[in-house]
Amino acid sequence: MGNVEYSQDARKALTGYVLGLADDCLVLGQRVAEWLGHAPAMELDIACSNLSLDLIGQAQFYYEYAGELENAGRSADDLAFMRDEHEYRNHLLVEQLNGDFGKTIVRHYLFSQFSLLRSNGLAKSNDPKIAAIAQKSVRELEYHVKFSADWVRRLALGTEEGHSRIQTAIDDLWSFTSELFNDVEQESALFSAGLAVAPSMFEEEWCSQVNSLFAEAGIKIPEHATLITKGRMAGHHTEHLGHLLAEMQFLQRAYPGLAW
Amino acid sequence: MSSNTWNLFEVFIRSKNGMSHKHVGSVHAADHKMAIENARDLYTRRGEGTSIWVIQSKDIVASDPGEAAALFEPAVDKVYRHPTFYDIPKDVPNI
Repeated sequence: MGNVEYSQDARKALTGYVLGLADDCLVLGQRVAEWLGHAPAMELDIACSNLSLDLIGQAQFYYEYAGELENAGRSADDLAFMRDEHEYRNHLLVEQLNGDFGKTIVRHYLFSQFSLLRSNGLAKSNDPKIAAIAQKSVRELEYHVKFSADWVRRLALGTEEGHSRIQTAIDDLWSFTSELFNDVEQESALFSAGLAVAPSMFEEEWCSQVNSLFAEAGIKIPEHATLITKGRMAGHHTEHLGHLLAEMQFLQRAYPGLAW
Repeated sequence: MSSNTWNLFEVFIRSKNGMSHKHVGSVHAADHKMAIENARDLYTRRGEGTSIWVIQSKDIVASDPGEAAALFEPAVDKVYRHPTFYDIPKDVPNI
């Protein structure tokens, strides 16, 4: 893969950006995998593990590339398993607890719709490797959006209980969505160089997709959605990420370098 | 929600264009759309398929095993009907 030559500053910023992409995928992949053996039906158990494996696959590509950019000899596994909570740059939305199946589905829809639009933009990145990984992810994410949107409709329009659970889920999760569209300053040079996409560029499209699905499902979107946080760039997370990492990283921490 | 209130669907997958759909198993689902999604996740994750059919299991009508003799035995001794009198060319693998 022919790599582009970057200045030291650009390389550092790009490494951080790619790590953020990877962290989003890995954290959500780990969350969805928690349904293994617990999903409401055997068919959904397998569906969840497929979603999870798609995300972990995307994470792996991004971690490998981040390691390459960083050029400090860290492998994808090192980046996934040997970084602490405050070094993770994922959005707070993906680390939220699964809750019931409805909440998992709403979280998955909100994030997949975001990730699909972001990947569509990244597929045109001036960095060929990011473009290639994003392009590959698009097909998977299209299915994630379809799958989760179908389930939002099914649950919200099916029974009163389903409807109230989807409504509760969106009430709980909505405040984490504003962070998705926060153009962070550390990344602005990447946006202008066409290496990364500023999330504000596709916020309107995301809102229109999300509004139309929830309107169709008869779900009210909360009006206020501002979460006060310095956010992922400052290494701030909700209390849930630490627990997730403790479980996910245990093996590599206890037996460093252990391989299959 | 539990899967015992869901319907059972039979799943047929076509592995390649030009081939016929083959029965691969069954899934539980609330409706046809979900059945397709579940079948996709269950039976095509290793690149097995280019097309999926699902049909509710209750809509399949099967022959009665008790009538097997009457239905099938008359054909056994009529060898002139059996397609065994010509060789299949090597280049035609899927017949």
